[in-house]
Amino acid sequence: MIQLSDRPPNLESPIQTFRASITSNDQFFVRYHLAGVPDMKALDGWKLQVDGDAAERSVTYTQQDLNDLPQTEVVAVCQCSGNRRGLCEPHVPGVEWGYGAMGCASWHGPRLRDVLTRAGIKGEAVEIWFNGADHPVLDATPRFHKSLPLSKALADETIVATSMNGSPLPLWNGFPVRLVVPGWTSTYWMKHLTNITVSSKPIDNFWMKKAYRVPAGMFPVSKPFPTQDDAATWPITEITVNSLIAAPISGEEVERSGFTVRGVAWDRGHGILRVEISLDSGNTWQDALLDRDLSPYAFRAFRLDTGPLPRGPAELRVRATSNSREVQPDVWKANPAGYHNNVPQRLTVKVV
Amino acid sequence: MPMRIARLSLLACCVTLPAMAQRVPLAAGPGKDTVEGGCATCHSLSYIPMNSHFMSPETWKAEVTKMRAAFGAPIDDDAANEIIAYLVANYGAPPK
Repeated sequence: MIQLSDRPPNLESPIQTFRASITSNDQFFVRYHLAGVPDMKALDGWKLQVDGDAAERSVTYTQQDLNDLPQTEVVAVCQCSGNRRGLCEPHVPGVEWGYGAMGCASWHGPRLRDVLTRAGIKGEAVEIWFNGADHPVLDATPRFHKSLPLSKALADETIVATSMNGSPLPLWNGFPVRLVVPGWTSTYWMKHLTNITVSSKPIDNFWMKKAYRVPAGMFPVSKPFPTQDDAATWPITEITVNSLIAAPISGEEVERSGFTVRGVAWDRGHGILRVEISLDSGNTWQDALLDRDLSPYAFRAFRLDTGPLPRGPAELRVRATSNSREVQPDVWKANPAGYHNNVPQRLTVKVV
Repeated sequence: MPMRIARLSLLACCVTLPAMAQRVPLAAGPGKDTVEGGCATCHSLSYIPMNSHFMSPETWKAEVTKMRAAFGAPIDDDAANEIIAYLVANYGAPPK
């Protein structure tokens, strides 16, 4: 792992991780805003509280209670809103992520909808609010609380995950329970989930109103978040279509008889229609072969056997098209916080 | 079962981190102590070199202002000015 900071822990997966469509738990990126990260001892006796002014009643869940609800599984990409921020032009201050602030896992647990049903949702509910066990160092720092619109909170794909790739969640990926919001960036995937609030009011805090905003209408969304929109900005929500070559890597020597290009493509839940690869700096493009579809929210693995190439440097590029016909843009749609950088990746290899 | 999970998690930390506390030696200069005292209360100092090559005086000032206004950093005006001056002098973008 590539460590960007230790307090709070921010760790990026190396690019070779993405030669597979499932990211292993020990290679999964870690992102925290606040240095008050709970340890296993602090999570001993963990419980999940569901209540709120728009809940019919208050319910407390233990892990066993969650296991007793109907279970489901979803393979989905968890990607930081700021993935590739460090590659943005012009530069944007923040955690300077490269390509690896993302991963794809098989998440298992009850649907959020079923967790909420026991508490009962009153007609006046407009948002579901979430809180986790991590906390700021100072009381004056806003706690990391987030919310979802009912349309996403009640969706089939949104789950309260109690396991990841068949194992308990690693501590830094949200043990014991993490919210999983397929198709949406990981700012909503609350780790160490402790509180769910069914609310008749939109949440009003730094992490929703000031941070994690994008210019209104700049990026496509299927499930809007109207209670958090204002005239100029919307909350960031759905992932933009993207792709990554994980083999070969930049600077690698490859054979003139040909080599295999491998990587993954993903989007906000429509699934991947096409992955194109250029071996000549974007002059010509050819379609990669796609592996099977694990889920519309998952990494879709691709490969291309190049055939013979002339000796010397070769610039590779990759671009994906989703089933909703969204294509990676040639130029980054610049926004103040450095989100959604899905410009086609370029890398140069040396044909020997 | 919880014990086993704890051991695995601890192991993962050891594998991924060279040390539990990251040492980030900052450049010597006026204001260094104020920076270490003020910024490191809440986060490791690695955020400073991570962003250094691009930061104009205005963007460093905006970052320090954000830490005070949005995150409640207990830094008064004098300390903030000292921190900004240090960051601009030691971790700013090269003059154009």
